Amino acid sequence: MATYQLNVNGQRKQVNVDPSTPLLWVLREELKMTGTKYGCGISACGACTVHLDGVATRSCVVPVSLVSDRSIVTIEGIGADPVGRAVQDAWVDKDVVQCGYCQSGQIMSAVALLQATPRPSDTNIEESMGGNLCRCATYVRIREAIKSASQQLK
Amino acid sequence: MLSNSRFFIRTLLVILVSTATWIALTASAAIEVREYKKSDADANRGDGLAAWQKVYSVLISPRCINCHTATNYPQQGDDRHRHFANVIRGPGGKGVPGLNCISCHQSANADSTGVPGGRNWHLAPLSMRWQDANDRPLSSAAVCRAVTDVSKNGGLNGTALIKHHEEEPLVLWAWNPGLRPDGSMRTLPPLSHAEFVAATRTWVEAGTPCPPPNRTAR
Amino acid sequence: MRAATRLEKRSQIDRRGFLRVSAGAAGGLLVSLYLDVPAFGPEGNQAQPPKVYPPDAFVHLRPDGKILITVNRLEFGQGVQTSLPMILADEMDADWSHVIAELAPAADVYKDPVFGIQMVGGSGSIAHSFQQYRELGAKTRAMLIAAAADRWHLSPDQCRSENSVVYGPGNRSARYAELANDAARQPVPEKARLKNPSEFRIIGKKIRRLDSRPKCDGSQKFGLDLDLPGMKTAVVARPPVFGGRVRKFDDKDARAIDGVREVFEIPLTKGSGVAVVADRFWTAKQARDRLKIDWDLSGIEHPDSSQLWLKYQELVRTTGNVAVTRGDESALERIPRTNRIVAEYEFPYLAHTPMEPLNASVRFNGDRAEAWVPSQFQTMDQMAIAEVLGLKPEQVTFHTEFAGGGFGRRAVIDAHVPREAALIARRFRGTPIKLFWTREDDVRGGYYRPMHAHRVEIGIGRDGMPAAWRHVIVGQSLVAGTPFESFLIKNGVDETAVEGTADTSYNIPNFHVSAHHPKVNVPVLWWRSVGHTHNAFVMETLIDELATRAKMDPIVYRRRLLKSEAKKLRAALDLMDEKSARWRSSLPGGHAVGISCHESFDTAVACAVDVSIENKRPRIHRATVAVNCGLAVNPLTVESQFQAGLGFGVTQLMARGAITFKDGRVEQRNFDSYTPPYIVDAPVSVEVHIVPSTDAPTGCGEPPVPVISPAVVNALAKLTGKRYRSLPLASL
Repeated sequence: MATYQLNVNGQRKQVNVDPSTPLLWVLREELKMTGTKYGCGISACGACTVHLDGVATRSCVVPVSLVSDRSIVTIEGIGADPVGRAVQDAWVDKDVVQCGYCQSGQIMSAVALLQATPRPSDTNIEESMGGNLCRCATYVRIREAIKSASQQLK
Repeated sequence: MLSNSRFFIRTLLVILVSTATWIALTASAAIEVREYKKSDADANRGDGLAAWQKVYSVLISPRCINCHTATNYPQQGDDRHRHFANVIRGPGGKGVPGLNCISCHQSANADSTGVPGGRNWHLAPLSMRWQDANDRPLSSAAVCRAVTDVSKNGGLNGTALIKHHEEEPLVLWAWNPGLRPDGSMRTLPPLSHAEFVAATRTWVEAGTPCPPPNRTAR
Repeated sequence: MRAATRLEKRSQIDRRGFLRVSAGAAGGLLVSLYLDVPAFGPEGNQAQPPKVYPPDAFVHLRPDGKILITVNRLEFGQGVQTSLPMILADEMDADWSHVIAELAPAADVYKDPVFGIQMVGGSGSIAHSFQQYRELGAKTRAMLIAAAADRWHLSPDQCRSENSVVYGPGNRSARYAELANDAARQPVPEKARLKNPSEFRIIGKKIRRLDSRPKCDGSQKFGLDLDLPGMKTAVVARPPVFGGRVRKFDDKDARAIDGVREVFEIPLTKGSGVAVVADRFWTAKQARDRLKIDWDLSGIEHPDSSQLWLKYQELVRTTGNVAVTRGDESALERIPRTNRIVAEYEFPYLAHTPMEPLNASVRFNGDRAEAWVPSQFQTMDQMAIAEVLGLKPEQVTFHTEFAGGGFGRRAVIDAHVPREAALIARRFRGTPIKLFWTREDDVRGGYYRPMHAHRVEIGIGRDGMPAAWRHVIVGQSLVAGTPFESFLIKNGVDETAVEGTADTSYNIPNFHVSAHHPKVNVPVLWWRSVGHTHNAFVMETLIDELATRAKMDPIVYRRRLLKSEAKKLRAALDLMDEKSARWRSSLPGGHAVGISCHESFDTAVACAVDVSIENKRPRIHRATVAVNCGLAVNPLTVESQFQAGLGFGVTQLMARGAITFKDGRVEQRNFDSYTPPYIVDAPVSVEVHIVPSTDAPTGCGEPPVPVISPAVVNALAKLTGKRYRSLPLASL
């Protein structure tokens, strides 16, 4: 067990966990922030995506011992960012979700895309979202919502 | 006109003769140089080529070649299959926004989750590809040419190559590749790191000789 | 309401159908409707004595004006948490902006009116509860109007309702919230007038989902997100071969981890496993990884895919139990061999892999228990938990959690997941236990869509139409040995294995379909659209092959071959033809069109896809799909279901889309080795067209799935000249 100071959505949090614990489980079980999801545990699905210092990161494979003082933003906090808010609003406007379990990760990946590429092409969208799995396969509407958010952010 | 053509012919003859002489002289000089090398460092070249084969055997082992692809994706595993989750090269070999290499690969191995890591995890540029577009490793001659072409290898000369093999974190990673998700350790390259560096040194000191192309010698 | 009044009311009520009304503690109208339908549940087929219902059942009109509608279904993506309330709210003349919705716990009053158990499946939510929710809404409206009429000393005909307000002559008006208490005291009407479809204000409109925002901001809780004071997490080590047993185990290293509470053997449906209970998931998982278990794998079949294929290929060449036979069985022999097609198909085991891994949470308090399960089968799950804990079902308070997908995986007759949770909870009285399946547990845990082999021999008539058809299907039965057997297995044929073929809408003479159901040591389960997953593939690719041989357009051919009474399917086919004609005739080089049509769960679907080959895989640029589902309660939900359902269907084509066995063990472990469709694999754009209709609504959950695979493969056949009869699709 070790103590870590984490910077989560702008707040300082202290946790006492086994250093090998993935950030995902620290968020979900120590900090009770269940918006970030477990889908596979091997970074193949993206449901666990958070931002570390602005980089979309799959928290299920990052042990808390490797996080250090990087700023962590989760789905619960992304709405404070104008791009985050635009993406969430577009997701609601375009009625993207079905079961919704993957959508935290989809949104976090989409935000990373739009932060780097405000006017993404179809290829940009497909490449950046290419590793986020949705078993309900809401991909058609995910594409539409990203384009819509991009329009709103103009 | 006649006088002009005579002048012209004479000038042409002078040029031709001096060119021929120059060729003869440089050829003999080259022959001389080659013969000099041949005699003194024939063994040296032989050693160098043998050392290169050792270096080559490491470069085309999975821990190294999986990130020296000719395609827009990395490979993974000892069977060198395409990396899962559609991760791709991206403009700088670092993936794309939302799906960067560092989205999963941190600065150190994550043994508890089975994801390898090292500082600045990214793909080698296409100029440093050691495979063809069908994911087959290139021949020893082709990889040697790629590695010694300073216009393609990031400007590394012989000394720099030794240093690269000795110190570059992503190279060192191959000998500390971490655990797979199932808890087993990833396979190491066929030589130890020390042997790899020693072979590199031998090869560089022999003038980084490359095997001739179109001989199988893989 | 006083207890005595409640009893009086109950005794006055006709058991065949009644509406019970009571006022909630904080005021407000609470309404429930109970349909006493004889169930084929485990208690038998007799009418049940009235049971005690929870006080608020379907509609709760809160004093703050919000209308809380309770949905008798799991919400697992299909949008029913929005569309069922839409139905009730419309008949109730409620202001939609006041409506909120919740998922019903397990209780008799929430049983599916047709199936008689509480469940979601068979694409039946809207189809079976449409009438029910209309009546609930209509009766609630009637009682609100009656309350206003009383207040104003008028007759109800002088009043009308709109948007949560009752209006009377002059300027009289009263909000529903104000009327709620009085309405609760009204007698429940026997019947209430249902609206004419032309009067619908909410039904038939594109209405956005109620659960969108919470699912986009991280606040929506799923079963796996449950957190209760003192809760512990459990994982189970299961045998590598189904039915294996623990011989012995060494848990020394496991217990050495800080936070591990208990390690013990538990019985499974077959065989046994080892449960690890810890404070946190990560601790439990690490502890399980350190267990050294000696498994007894003797005396059980070790399934092996290559051996199973040999067996299936043998079986498929012999006639099985007859599912349907019409015409002349010997007609095929009279057709020259040059005019025959012989086709053999192979379909692998498929895992469901919903995004949210399986989980169930239980707390056992000795004389009561509480459970939280994202369940498609509340009645069965509640009963199983009760049985394990030695309780009656009504002693188990069973909460239906939101589920991250299901596709059939959360509807299991043996309720094995809640059973495991209850078995573990039994050892920890008073402590909530969350049972957690990892993704590896899920991929390897069985309950797959079965493996199937088909052999079809078609005799082609001179007109290019099939003149004889002999079809043998081999695959495990889903329901043999279960309570569902009595109505799903006839003449030794499991209907779920032959649906889509035996009941085909094509007018095929001299038609003979039979099936073999081998017993294999692999638990199997319905996978979204069930038998249609493989039967539609076979039928629609063969029809296409026949059309090609006859040099006829695939749509024209289908029109000619469909039964005249297949009206829903014909309408869908015509609409798809109309809406896709322009792009179908102007495709760029390297692209081809693929057509399919299929009816399942009473909904007809026709589909055209534009496909090319990129990186040795099919690239689906576009799909036009026409749906005939009767009245579309929420066209936005229907559109969503079809756009996404087609993408789900592509699971069958994925290169790593097969579960295989070697020496008894599943060879795949996670999404890297069993890979469902990502965005690049799914259609880029999908246009959905709904056939206008006011017929009773039929389901949209499963019907999108069967059409996409054959449509894509029909397009590939045009591009490569090859026929694809073995799924998944290997590299092209």
